[in-house]
Amino acid sequence: VMFYRLLSIVGRQRASPGWQNWFSARNSTSAAEARSMALPTQAQVVICGGGIMGTSVAYHLSKMGWKDIVLLEQGRLAAGSTRFCAGILSTARHLTIEQKMADYSNKLYHQLEQETGIQTGYTRTGSIFLAQTQDRLISLKRINAGLNVIGIPSEIISPKKVAELHHLLNVHDLVGAMHVPEDAVVSSADVALALASAASQNGVQIYDRTSVLHVMVKKGQVTGVETDKGQIECQYFVNCAGQWAYELGLSNEEPVSIPLHACEHFYLLTRPLETPLQSSTPTIVDADGRIYIRNWQGGILSGGFEKNPKPIFTEGKNQLEIQNLQEDWDHFEPLLSSLLRRMPELETLEIMKLVNCPETFTPDMRCIMGESPAVQGYFVLAGMNSAGLSFGGGAGKYLAEWMVHGYPSENVWELDLKRFGALQSSRTFLRHRVMEVMPLMYDLKVPRWDFQTGRQLRTSPLYDRLDAQGARWMEKHGFERPKYFVPPDKDLLALEQSKTFYKPDWFDIVESEVKCCKEAVCVIDMSSFTKFELTSTGDQALEVLQYLFSNDLDVPVGHIVHTGMLNEGGGYENDCSMARLNKRSFFMISPTDQQVHCWAWLKKHRPRDSSLLLEDVTWKYTALNLIGPRAVDVLSELSYAPMTPDHFPSLFCKEMSVGYANGIRVMSMTHTGEPGFMLYIPIEYALHVYNEVMSVGQKYGIRNAGYYALRSLRIEKFFAFWGQDINNLTTPLECGRESRVKLEKGMDFIGRDSLLQQKQNGVYKRLTMFILDDHDTDLDLWPWWGEPIYRNGQYVGKTTSSAYSYSLERHVCLGFVHNFSEDTGEEQVVTADFINRGEYEIDIAGYRFQAKAKLYPVASLFTQKRRKDDMELSDLHGK
Amino acid sequence: MCVCPGPRRIGIPVRSSSLPLFSDAMPAPTQLFFPLIRNCELSRIYGTACYCHHKHLCCSSSYIPQSRLRYTPHPAYATFCRPKENWWHYTQGRRYASTPQKFYLTPPQVNSILKANEYSFKVPEFDGKNVSSILGFDSNQLPANAPIEDRRSAATCLQTRGMLLGVFDGHAGCACSQAVSERLFYYIAVSLLPHETLLEIENAVESGRALLPILQWHKHPNDYFSKEASKLYFNSLRTYWQELIDLNTGESTDIDVKEALINAFKRLDNDISLEAQVGDPNSFLNYLVLRVAFSGATACVAHVDGVDLHVANTGDSRAMLGVQEEDGSWSALTLSNDHNAQNERELERLKLEHPKSEAKSVVKQDRLLGLLMPFRAFGDVKFKWSIDLQKRVIESGPDQLNDNEYTKFIPPNYHTPPYLTAEPEVTYHRLRPQDKFLVLATDGLWETMHRQDVVRIVGEYLTGMHHQQPIAVGGYKVTLGQMHGLLTERRTKMSSVFEDQNAATHLIRHAVGNNEFGTVDHERLSKMLSLPEELARMYRDDITIIVVQFNSHVVGAYQNQE
Repeated sequence: VMFYRLLSIVGRQRASPGWQNWFSARNSTSAAEARSMALPTQAQVVICGGGIMGTSVAYHLSKMGWKDIVLLEQGRLAAGSTRFCAGILSTARHLTIEQKMADYSNKLYHQLEQETGIQTGYTRTGSIFLAQTQDRLISLKRINAGLNVIGIPSEIISPKKVAELHHLLNVHDLVGAMHVPEDAVVSSADVALALASAASQNGVQIYDRTSVLHVMVKKGQVTGVETDKGQIECQYFVNCAGQWAYELGLSNEEPVSIPLHACEHFYLLTRPLETPLQSSTPTIVDADGRIYIRNWQGGILSGGFEKNPKPIFTEGKNQLEIQNLQEDWDHFEPLLSSLLRRMPELETLEIMKLVNCPETFTPDMRCIMGESPAVQGYFVLAGMNSAGLSFGGGAGKYLAEWMVHGYPSENVWELDLKRFGALQSSRTFLRHRVMEVMPLMYDLKVPRWDFQTGRQLRTSPLYDRLDAQGARWMEKHGFERPKYFVPPDKDLLALEQSKTFYKPDWFDIVESEVKCCKEAVCVIDMSSFTKFELTSTGDQALEVLQYLFSNDLDVPVGHIVHTGMLNEGGGYENDCSMARLNKRSFFMISPTDQQVHCWAWLKKHRPRDSSLLLEDVTWKYTALNLIGPRAVDVLSELSYAPMTPDHFPSLFCKEMSVGYANGIRVMSMTHTGEPGFMLYIPIEYALHVYNEVMSVGQKYGIRNAGYYALRSLRIEKFFAFWGQDINNLTTPLECGRESRVKLEKGMDFIGRDSLLQQKQNGVYKRLTMFILDDHDTDLDLWPWWGEPIYRNGQYVGKTTSSAYSYSLERHVCLGFVHNFSEDTGEEQVVTADFINRGEYEIDIAGYRFQAKAKLYPVASLFTQKRRKDDMELSDLHGK
Repeated sequence: MCVCPGPRRIGIPVRSSSLPLFSDAMPAPTQLFFPLIRNCELSRIYGTACYCHHKHLCCSSSYIPQSRLRYTPHPAYATFCRPKENWWHYTQGRRYASTPQKFYLTPPQVNSILKANEYSFKVPEFDGKNVSSILGFDSNQLPANAPIEDRRSAATCLQTRGMLLGVFDGHAGCACSQAVSERLFYYIAVSLLPHETLLEIENAVESGRALLPILQWHKHPNDYFSKEASKLYFNSLRTYWQELIDLNTGESTDIDVKEALINAFKRLDNDISLEAQVGDPNSFLNYLVLRVAFSGATACVAHVDGVDLHVANTGDSRAMLGVQEEDGSWSALTLSNDHNAQNERELERLKLEHPKSEAKSVVKQDRLLGLLMPFRAFGDVKFKWSIDLQKRVIESGPDQLNDNEYTKFIPPNYHTPPYLTAEPEVTYHRLRPQDKFLVLATDGLWETMHRQDVVRIVGEYLTGMHHQQPIAVGGYKVTLGQMHGLLTERRTKMSSVFEDQNAATHLIRHAVGNNEFGTVDHERLSKMLSLPEELARMYRDDITIIVVQFNSHVVGAYQNQE
């Protein structure tokens, strides 16, 4: 039924092609006048939003065989941001997953016209990313290296070559550029209509002028949708409402928090040049000038991401309709100057229009997809950070896979809705943060960059104390964590100047912290860790947990077990430590950003009738990590209890008194492989315990340390972290953690079958540690993560994290090694032998450094004992 | 603090030729100081420190003998007033400086002086809906006296609606203006409170419970409140509201803002007078209340509640409304009358209040009893108390007071006190959408700038910030180059305005730095601001400005409601 209607819309649109039509179209009513058609009362899936996201999800779902789908659009199809989008498809992205999404979109749009018969205006123009500075060129080279290994052609070119590719460009201030020849321009509205038409042909029912009021939820499960035209019962709801996704999420009885916020975005349209620009003229991105320029109907289309964005719709939808937004030339002035500097000949070109089209941004500049942690069956795809067209195809495919198979074919944790919680959902936070995020689109992205806005939301009770001692902070999941402590006599560079791809200014500071961890004792505030208590009234706790966790948790009370929570495929949904507090309760410590994900996973997978009680106690405990050989002395002096390994063995947990405070959970583990203890302190005792530790520790040379020291320590010891090195597509066998899985613990657990199979067949990738050999710490580019790894000249994988090891005096990278067949490119089994027999290189922004591969940590780091005659006077100094 | 016998307001005439300021491009220090030294020498000879304002010369030279007779030199005098001890040496040294030096402040230095006291308050928005008719205010002051004798206050009434803003110009020291600046708004707020609220507050005091807050102050860090007198002031205020409670007849009548303002002014002045007569066992406080009573202050206070604007004025500060005409031009609407010799009605009033025999002496040389320029003021008990009372209080007062020639001195022709009142004249104005802002300022501003110029400069400043007309291409043929040129021009224009983030600062910049063409001359500004504090008062007066910006949308909405 709907298909006929849809075609008529499309047909009318095509009758007078071109963009002007878009502007006039909003005033005239659609040719297919909304016949008051009754909505179906029931469907499997209801998709809200008829932009490129909604239509792409509908398209892919219907391709994958789901037919009972209804798509609702409050206005007309493809009439929101999709309509006003600049139409540039660019694959040059910072994240691999984003590159893959854009690459897929490119291929999809390329053949869409053929598939649907609807013209999409797809033209392969290629794009050129300009670098005005050496740092920008490094950034481009890193992206270039990433693109090449996933098969997207691109190359670094000279300014001279740039001038050849685009004759209007002023190239005098350029140091280089990156050329991506297969990037394209396309009419995004037409793409959305084509996708909708194809979906419609596959049975998707599309209704425009139908608003979703709220989603009905029963027992944490989607049951239906309330619209202004009536109710539809459904099992799945997909929120693709773009800028309104946030509000729609909050409109439920059980709100779904989708942190995104719109900013006004301006671009300029001109009349054609005297000799009209060819439609194949490449798109230019001048990030240092904050602008993009593409050809458009013989003229140009140019916009940008200014330093002072104008957030909009903070109070919601009621203010203004998109159509009424004002052009703001004064606001556009810096971008116009930049454009004329880049293309001086445009001076005489006549202006057609300044378009104001709001774009949606998220708190971390990554899009949002996935299932709500609070409501099952509630899926989200929104917050595209003005790359909706580039991501549309790929993102729609991943979300469709997620809904149909339960998980997407790629790891999308970086984009998962569950990386956020309600804490990122404040309107004020979002408004402030997106004002930082939007300029960041074109700012230089350097390693270890921290957001400056929306900070100090969650802090440890020790925050002020640590801050006064020179702590510099970074933020994870809203929690402030110390990076390092600047000594009083030391000055660091200002924020902007500290941006570098080379050796950072804090190098010496972290070195002394690391030294202190190895030789004396350091205290690190690690309160941000996610902490749950799992209890049951009877003995069920153990039974349920044995099913959810891969390691054997049936250990004596007081023992700690490192274990994973695996999915059916054997991949890590969470990597955690479980302390058995008593027969019936466990204390669970997970990475900071697991707070929402892990909670949702446990809720979803625990047996429905189980009496397992879950409590999030993250806020109840301050966690102090005492690292170093003297930690034992500090603790025993504070507790009057012997803390030596005989009395307090490794991986042991006990409630004891520290100073005056009682009930401190002391655990003999450190997350870094160094000797030491974790102290879980009820928050009201935190300051007391900290002060006691610091004052007693003085004679043992205690000092504060931060996460950068921790990172250096854990990476040199080959400790992989969930979310950075391992994810839900990594199994324990692939990262050398066979010992943390008990396949024969006497009962089934999630993922066991997959692991058994993998054990038999072998693994297809293997986490490996690389030690850079010919790398000059002072002069060479530092590794970060995402650098391609080459084995015998062949690409085998990418690094996942890296740090400088002060003990090895080398850089250490962790990363996965694959074994791609030389003939077919298919993945083959990776054996220890395969790893050990290779010659390795790591590609840092186009420069390759030799590296030694290790499957196990360097043993000498664990048995570090200083000989008596090595001691010197400086050992008597406080560190 | 210093009880200084009047700079300008209380004339202590000295012969003084007109001061040639800024003749040509002379090296500032020597050239500027030279004529002044003679004045100071004169002051020394007469034993008085004279601070003449260049535009308000106190008197003609023929007046000198009289004044000399009145002010007999007294050695104790030196301890009471500036110039400081080293002043003499300082000028001596300067006088013989042989090499003329150019000495200018750099623009950043000028800015840091101008901005030292600036303060801005934006009425918070709630959910994007600003329900107040006031958007916010900018205020600033530039001292000429050291310490400055002007004061300013701004506060939101918490138990009633509305906002209070006021400027206070002190004379014979800053004690009185300081006291009025911290106390007056409480008296006004209490006068506006309904009976039940007063009872609630009184009961809370009685039973030691926490009090309802009455005012939310909006203060610059330099605007201080006296800690020592706080208890004394509270007790006086409490007595006032207790009387208000007792006076209440039980019928809840609407409180009239005009009446409340008048009552508050009169009551505070009365309390100042009373506290000085009663004294205080604490010697510091005792001296303080006397200094407050013997010095004086004018006050110009605005109360804004929705579209109802009341201005209560005592003295010669002024409230000026900035009105934007339909064609976008600016015009000034004066909302207060100056109480001085230029005001016929005030002259009339004074003559009526005193016997015919005094008709000639009550205002002489445009001054009250030949001495005081403003005809209404707080404090100044020398113009209010009977001679007996003055003598009694001074004799029983502390030595410092007793030794002070100024306080001991009784004005000439002092027959039928009081000659001075603090009763304000209250004007009411109903705000209209075209009323964009209100300027409250002490006479330091008004004597250097015409009111039309004041309103135009503020108006252009504010619209430059907020109302620069957006550009739209429309159907015109515009090239990128043309648009770029236009935008660059607009931005340069903006950035000159953006040098000041505060409308009051912007106004002071013009008031002090304007040349004959009405534009700011940096050289002049620099010279004016680099005057040593001892000299500044001769070229300019303290300037205090509050610029209140109204929200035309809210004002318009009020209008539409009716």
